Amino acid sequence: MTKKIIIFLLYLSPIISFAQEEGKKNYGQIHGNFETIIQTYQIDTIIGVDSADVPNEKALSNSYLNLTYTKGKFSAGIRYEVYMNTLEGYDKRYNGHGIANRYASYTSNELEITVGNFYEQFGNGLILRTYEEKTLGIDNSLDGIRLKYKPIKGIKLTGLIGKQRLYWTHGPGIIRGIDGEISFNETFKKLENSKTRFLIGGSFVSKYQKAESPKYNYPENVGTFAGRFNLSRNSFILSTEYAYKINDPSSDNATLYNYPIFKSGNALFINASWSKKGIGILLSALRLDNMSFRSDRNASINDLSINYLPAIAKTHTYSFPAMYPFSTQPNGQIGFNAEIFYTFKRKSLLGGKYGTTVNLNFSQVNSIKIEKIKYNEVDTLAHYNGYTTDLFGVGKELYFRDFNIELHKKVHKKFKFSLIYMYEDYNKKIIQGKDSTLHADIGVLDFTYKISSKHAIRIETQILSVNKNGSGEKNDYGDWYTGMLEYTFSPHWFIAVTDQYNTGNTHHNSAHYYNFSAGYVKGANRIQVGYGRQREGIVCVGGVCRFVPAASGFNFTLTSSF
Amino acid sequence: MKRISFILLFSIFFSGIVFSQETSNKLPSVDIKTLTGETFNTSKISNDGPIFISFWATWCKPCIKELIAIDENYVDWQEETNLKVYAISIDDTKSMSRVAPFVNGRAWEFEVLLDANSDFKRAMNVINVPHSFILDKNGKIVWQHSSYSPGDEEEIYEIIKKLAVGEEIKHK
Repeated sequence: MTKKIIIFLLYLSPIISFAQEEGKKNYGQIHGNFETIIQTYQIDTIIGVDSADVPNEKALSNSYLNLTYTKGKFSAGIRYEVYMNTLEGYDKRYNGHGIANRYASYTSNELEITVGNFYEQFGNGLILRTYEEKTLGIDNSLDGIRLKYKPIKGIKLTGLIGKQRLYWTHGPGIIRGIDGEISFNETFKKLENSKTRFLIGGSFVSKYQKAESPKYNYPENVGTFAGRFNLSRNSFILSTEYAYKINDPSSDNATLYNYPIFKSGNALFINASWSKKGIGILLSALRLDNMSFRSDRNASINDLSINYLPAIAKTHTYSFPAMYPFSTQPNGQIGFNAEIFYTFKRKSLLGGKYGTTVNLNFSQVNSIKIEKIKYNEVDTLAHYNGYTTDLFGVGKELYFRDFNIELHKKVHKKFKFSLIYMYEDYNKKIIQGKDSTLHADIGVLDFTYKISSKHAIRIETQILSVNKNGSGEKNDYGDWYTGMLEYTFSPHWFIAVTDQYNTGNTHHNSAHYYNFSAGYVKGANRIQVGYGRQREGIVCVGGVCRFVPAASGFNFTLTSSF
Repeated sequence: MKRISFILLFSIFFSGIVFSQETSNKLPSVDIKTLTGETFNTSKISNDGPIFISFWATWCKPCIKELIAIDENYVDWQEETNLKVYAISIDDTKSMSRVAPFVNGRAWEFEVLLDANSDFKRAMNVINVPHSFILDKNGKIVWQHSSYSPGDEEEIYEIIKKLAVGEEIKHK
């Protein structure tokens, strides 16, 4: 079947191409992108890759092709995915190939109708967000129908119904949702040019999944509500969203006491920022209480999440600050984040000739304060609430703490550098489910030297030092050091050599994780080849994480947009 | 064998598409947000002169380097070519509220918009950030580039200079 579709498209593609070249007759346009990643795997006992860890295929690959056809108000698209077989670290249920997504949509000024797979987010996503994040192997797109309607200026209404993608199939639950938003400054003419901007929104999402448990009285329909507002004046912005979920016993909240609990859930997310030229301040707070929400009550890891619970801590760019990233704890967490951005002006004492940018950040996440309800097997099994909690109570257990300072400075026309220090406490037991809390001190120094207008050299050094555990040895993998040298020749070429050295401890060999890579870019086409070792670890995007096993071998990546 | 034939079919199809790049096109119409949370439709991106669009994120180091390089030249380029820069942040809910203080803290003067669920990114077929586009004053996309290396701004400058005097941009 898929073969037939491909052959059909094959016949179609030159027709469409010619149609475009003709230009004057409007047959519509076709655009898309293509990405392929191929990795070979070899035995490398020093980094713990034994013969049993090397896949039988020796080489694995993930590839994606997106095609979109648009003509006036109409558009349609497909995504063809090929996992032959899927790369290590991705769920094996991806193995295979075929048309993973397809949709058609019609858009006019007031109305938008989409049929097929679509991505949607209500507010901050606390009760609904479907998205794709290839690096995490996440695509929880809804397959169904979505309507968007703008009856008058500043008012937006969205309604949808569908089932979520689960690898090559769909989750069992049906999702229904509506969202409305009104922007007062757009809707009311009097407020159009007001310096105070105000908008409010609200949403309702419900899932239906048949209950078949003789033991627990599962609700078949689970509803969630959320309300939000955005208020801004001049350089001040405040945004807040509160979400509430009715009882939703699931395998997620069963991990607390071994029984699915019937307590309701809620989330509160507040962001406030103030900024003007040269200075910015941000304060965020997020509290989650039993907010896991999936279209299958038995799903786990990254499968079938209907909502998105953002991690409150900063996303780090360099590999060592990002080595122990916080991942959101949907069962309960309370955390805040504060950040200051400041630029010392050019020609000032601290600014020097080109100015200096400083960034200070602090975040901390704790458990929520809970009081366990006594469990009585005979009376309460069918609706055991688990615990009670108060909204502003901060639990004693520290999940995560990060203090970091960044300095970015251009010293000379040809020379600039970045300097970062980070202090981190990471509760490995909560976040990864093993060992205890570890502390890390991390330093990064990154120099860029511009040899000429198109040639540049970059040198990156990083250090990560962990504390010792109770038995006097370094925690987890021990300390790490990185040295990296990169040479770029704009606009086409780059080459880089990296060595991450791990000192190890009694559980881990010390090892050099070397990597060589080179790439060629032309327009929106990019090819990269590499060879080296990849450390075992966690890759996170926005608080959602994936475990990547250690690997050794060649890799090849091609990306193209057209 | 089956696998090889698939790859073959794939690449033939793919090459057909690549050739079709010749035609330039206009921006799709997608609702994204301003820094204060109001809806902004991407079909409203316009300027009486060349437009530079950069997809970026606060956690993306090369993206920030690219925007710094543009910022250092922005005043001059605006005077010479009447350039307008749109910086489209793909930061999701997690880091979206960082964008306003981040941009102001660096004193950037770009038009900054939020694409929190990557709707515009998807419509533009962007795979990774940074990814940038140049449009002529009629809103036609004439150039695009993925990734950033120091010095890429030289090529950007060459193109916007040509656009400012009405020269046609040939696809490379």
